[in-house]
Amino acid sequence: MNKKIRVQATINGEEFEFLCEPRQSLLEVLRETLGLTGAKEGCNNGNCGACNVILDGALVNSCLVLAVEIDGCNVTTIEGIATPQGLHPLQQKFIAHAALQCGFCTPGFIVASKALLDQIPNPSESEVRQWLAGNLCRCTGYDRIVRAVMDAAQSQEKTL
Amino acid sequence: MTTNLSVDEKKDVYGVIGKNPLRHDGTDKVTGRAQYGADIRLPGMLYGAMLRSPHAHARILSIDTSKAEAYSGVRAVVTAKDLPDVESKIAELGEGTINLLHQSNNVMAKDKVLYFGHAIAGVAAINAHVAEEAAALIKVEYEVLPPVLDVRKAMQHDSPILLDGMRTDELGKKGDYPSNIAAHYQAQVGDVEKGFQDAAVIVEREFFTSMVHQGYIEPQNATAQHNPDGQITIWCSTQGAFGVREQVAEILQIPISKIRVIPMEIGGGFGGKIGVYLEPVVVLLSRKSGHRPVKMTMSRSDVLAATGPTSGSYVKVKMGADANGMIAAAQAMLAYEAGAYPGSPVGAGMGVIFAPYRIENALIDGYDVLVNKPRTAAYRAPGGTNAAFACESVIDELSEKLGMDPFDFRLLNGAKEGDRRVDGPVYDRIGFLETLEAAKNSPHYRAQLEGPNRGRGVAGGFWFNYGGKSSASVSVNSDGTVSLLTGSVDIGGTRTSVAMQLAEGLGIPAESIRPVVADTDSVGYTEGTYGSRTTFATGWAVYEVGKQLKEKLLERAATIWETELDQIRFEHGIFLFDDKQMTFAELASRLDETGGPVVASAAVRPEQSGPAFAAHIVDVEVDPETGKVQILRYTAVQDAGKAIYPDYVESQMQGGVAQGVGWALNEEYLYDDQGRLVNSSLLDYRMPVALDLPMIDTILVEVPNPGHPYGVRGVGEVPIIPPPAALVNAIYRAMGVRMNILPATPARVVAELNKQKG
Repeated sequence: MNKKIRVQATINGEEFEFLCEPRQSLLEVLRETLGLTGAKEGCNNGNCGACNVILDGALVNSCLVLAVEIDGCNVTTIEGIATPQGLHPLQQKFIAHAALQCGFCTPGFIVASKALLDQIPNPSESEVRQWLAGNLCRCTGYDRIVRAVMDAAQSQEKTL
Repeated sequence: MTTNLSVDEKKDVYGVIGKNPLRHDGTDKVTGRAQYGADIRLPGMLYGAMLRSPHAHARILSIDTSKAEAYSGVRAVVTAKDLPDVESKIAELGEGTINLLHQSNNVMAKDKVLYFGHAIAGVAAINAHVAEEAAALIKVEYEVLPPVLDVRKAMQHDSPILLDGMRTDELGKKGDYPSNIAAHYQAQVGDVEKGFQDAAVIVEREFFTSMVHQGYIEPQNATAQHNPDGQITIWCSTQGAFGVREQVAEILQIPISKIRVIPMEIGGGFGGKIGVYLEPVVVLLSRKSGHRPVKMTMSRSDVLAATGPTSGSYVKVKMGADANGMIAAAQAMLAYEAGAYPGSPVGAGMGVIFAPYRIENALIDGYDVLVNKPRTAAYRAPGGTNAAFACESVIDELSEKLGMDPFDFRLLNGAKEGDRRVDGPVYDRIGFLETLEAAKNSPHYRAQLEGPNRGRGVAGGFWFNYGGKSSASVSVNSDGTVSLLTGSVDIGGTRTSVAMQLAEGLGIPAESIRPVVADTDSVGYTEGTYGSRTTFATGWAVYEVGKQLKEKLLERAATIWETELDQIRFEHGIFLFDDKQMTFAELASRLDETGGPVVASAAVRPEQSGPAFAAHIVDVEVDPETGKVQILRYTAVQDAGKAIYPDYVESQMQGGVAQGVGWALNEEYLYDDQGRLVNSSLLDYRMPVALDLPMIDTILVEVPNPGHPYGVRGVGEVPIIPPPAALVNAIYRAMGVRMNILPATPARVVAELNKQKG
């Protein structure tokens, strides 16, 4: 049952090949096998969003995806959000708006917000709150996170 | 929307504090590079798992670990037998005290399990799955006992007893028979009976709250390396590395010099990451597995079942006021669930309950009560929210009966400098009246609230704040920057709020400070990040170290200019002598020629901290069909003393409001009749999400704390105190029903509305 399976996937634009057990989640393999520890384990059952990644364009909780399922897929994690030129506007705005305290939920929020802006480039406040309702933050009360996302959306609009 | 109302005369002279530089660790935290405890991976590392009790109350008859030990991939198994016998000894533990024997028994149960999820045995294996499988093979024989789950039933003489031999500490004297009441405390002033006789209006009510969890998103984790020479290194998520060192040393009976604790980034704490859980177990597992490093992380359900929560409570309050609205007398009885071991924050609840008001006749009784639920831990202003929920609800009712505006009633009775708290201390300069005025004059309170099923509630709040021990060490770099080591774990931007206070003293930008959170071998003793103390006390240590640095640099300038020390002035980061001047950076580049490196260190222990006050306003709309409470608008007003880093002060206020809203409307521990926690997931233990809340407006009031060089008051805790009372007061103003049970869930609101209909 625990025989390892070979998986090939594109993660943050790089080709990866790894072995994993069928029972291992994508989150576990990202963190423990591939050393991509930016995705966090907050609940391991899909309730907190701290492990959010983008899988073939869709926002997922990586704790609810089996690693074997990503064979042939394209994955973006928090480590793939910034470019060699610098931080993504979302990352800049999270810092500028003080949209984090402890920072543990922040990777999940930024990945989720990236997925939002990919689909809705200029969301309303209620759209942002609706979209981010799958991500828990216990420190900030969300005010500054919502403002950061909306500001990032505006600054992206300007550069387009 | 944010507003700053300052009465600080010095507010315009500051160059750095009061501004909002980008936090030093911002890039690490938005890129996923920041290293939290569970991110650590060491060569040869093993993974741990814990076996936990399925019973709330049982005697352990036997533990058989043989199958787990024989399981392929397992490297070590430990139980309470591996823990040394420790004495019953009280240790200061941040926001509260702890008996080390109880702490040891909580780490792994010895004779009895006292709550569902009580740790019993630890396993180290080649991966976490194998460790979990092996833990499930451990056989424990129990004699199951009836659980004690209700605080008032636990106080009865015929209740089953959790800790054999426990006698009530009855106002300092030991009781005669075994009891679940660990202690009865009392505070009083004046003559409460006479006071009630003078009252024109009296309100007496009972209030009930359930256990709630801190809800930090990062589960507890710990990694340990036990070396053959006995040296131990621990990497963990903690609010205070020195506290972990002390607890592990005491529990394992090891000298503190053998233990180095490296605090990793921490994903929230709120008081729940002061006491140790996993740390002693991973040390034992590392020793037993041939000195391999062992990492253990808790699952979310274990976090909820076995760590953290703060007390559920029963609080009875009676208050009377004369016809003019002056409070004539106040009486309260508070019974707090301590969980499995003594140490609920009932003492703090007693201190908080009437603290915002000037009351000449008062009597307060407090009871610390054991129940078969997890040992409670500090949670943001521990004990305060339960108490204020009761008092601020009664005050709302009193002001209504007197036909007074609820802020006017509070302004009439509010405490100020020179007033005495019921439990003794006399206030220094405080800002409660200024805070109430700011709330009353806020755009929110001045705006009309219209529409059916809508109401506006307000509440005040007090929190002691804490000082405590902090150290700091600095060194000047040749490029004009300063490296700063402190022992304060950064949970919410304190690297920067502390660095700003050093930068202010040196007249250089905050960005020129390089703040580092140091381990227990690298900086002087520093208490944890709790009690709203870090920006206050570590900031003070840094202020002192800055003064020393300045003196040393003045000497270097005197050497360069070949003059006397008293001829040189230092203003806004520039050294001045006659017509010559040198910037801080210029002097920093010339240290080699003037005697070599410049370093300094300082330690402080402020005895007083300067209390914090808050006033909150909330508008709600209640759905009469479903009982759902929607928050339309929220404003939090708070005296910050001096807001060093305003964005993060406001964020503390907003975060405290969100936790208070969760406590008020959704969050509670649900146990079945056998004492099993039935909602141990973040789906069923429902904390507020972005969709539940509006923007949270803040108004900063600055009445400088005379007990701090920059006037700082701690800001982190008090914002959780008013929300539940403000919300139930708003529900009353909307629907005419007073919710005296938290959380005010839709089902409870509907039930009250149905009762109202008759």
